[in-house]
Amino acid sequence: MLDGVSLAMDAGDAMLLTGPNGAGKSTLLRVLAGLRKPDSGRILWHGADAFEDRSMHARHIAYLGHQEALKPGLTLTENLSLFARGRPLAPALEAFELLELRELPARLLSAGQKRRAALARIVLADAALWLLDEPSLGLDARAVERLGEALALHRRTGGMVIATTHVPLPLPEAGALALPGAPLEAAIDGAWGAAGAWA
Amino acid sequence: MIAIFWAIVARDLRLALRHGADTLGAVLFFILAGALFPLALGPSPELLRRMAPGVIWVCALLAALLPLDRLFGAELEDGSLDQLLLLGLPPSLVALAKITAHWLTTGLPLLIAAMPLAIMLGLPFATLPVLLAGLLPGTLILSLLGGMAAAIVLGARRGGVLLPLLVLPLATPGLIFGAAAVDAARTGLPFAPDLELLLAFFAGALPLAPLAAGAGLRAAAE
Repeated sequence: MLDGVSLAMDAGDAMLLTGPNGAGKSTLLRVLAGLRKPDSGRILWHGADAFEDRSMHARHIAYLGHQEALKPGLTLTENLSLFARGRPLAPALEAFELLELRELPARLLSAGQKRRAALARIVLADAALWLLDEPSLGLDARAVERLGEALALHRRTGGMVIATTHVPLPLPEAGALALPGAPLEAAIDGAWGAAGAWA
Repeated sequence: MIAIFWAIVARDLRLALRHGADTLGAVLFFILAGALFPLALGPSPELLRRMAPGVIWVCALLAALLPLDRLFGAELEDGSLDQLLLLGLPPSLVALAKITAHWLTTGLPLLIAAMPLAIMLGLPFATLPVLLAGLLPGTLILSLLGGMAAAIVLGARRGGVLLPLLVLPLATPGLIFGAAAVDAARTGLPFAPDLELLLAFFAGALPLAPLAAGAGLRAAAE
């Protein structure tokens, strides 16, 4: 699906992945997260190969997929506490204006509120690299603004962001990587080569 | 790392409490299926007493299968599996945490429910400790093998059908030794060898099943 992709990032950098549906944006994010093994190529974190020890690599990663990964029967607090590791929940909830909803079961939340909860988990993870798959999906203008603030704060403190999107994101001075959307033949025998070197 | 392990177990226990019907379902199935045997075989006490160990073990085996389908299936469907794998815990430990929760919500209640069922089927009181001593490693083995199979068939179409086909043959040694131990106790023969074989089986499954389950989870997340 992907071939000849190469990118490198430094502390505070941001990167936007764009391209048509099916170009492999989400796949690239999953590979970067260490969830999916590339056919060939490497992901390096400070020179260490991510696929040598995926659990170690995972500690640097906060990943937002298409799904919010919320259990409908648990409250917002209970849903997120697994990812808190002893850190306080309030600042992450506050960042997305979820404090009043924290004792509500996730099944009562609207689609936008669930997305905000998933974003709160990203903030909570306290990871250096945020991998966000269409983070603004279903968010209202105000929530997009809060997302922008969270992204800016993360980058100011030395964090990195890679996001896929079809709409403009509040991510100033972000690098861009456009995936062309490979033709079918290339997808069948295309090898995946990523050489990433994050400082 | 230990803290995250227990956090996963606690989360699953909380989920099981919120969806009590799933937990209760397995235990009720166990008791109901056991209660059907006297109805089908007739009320002869001698026959029931002889069949009781086998009946209890087979019913426990089948009841433990019921919640396995959702053990990892629900996590895959709502995207939680990705987040669990990104907790920084090796996937085998994530699997072991889920297996532990499965035992606490299914194996342990089955163990407790086995007592009234055994009494109902007329098993002598003296053999109850042997039955429970066998069911303790037995239910643990079922959770380990079941969790392993559930992770392996994860993402497969009609995985729920494949599950029993994978678990039941693997679980037969446990069934044989567990039922044989109670039978031996009932007839006054030494039952310790059977229990020891059961424990050996558990000792083998404890490190191996989570490893296989972890590989299954990784493959399902690809």
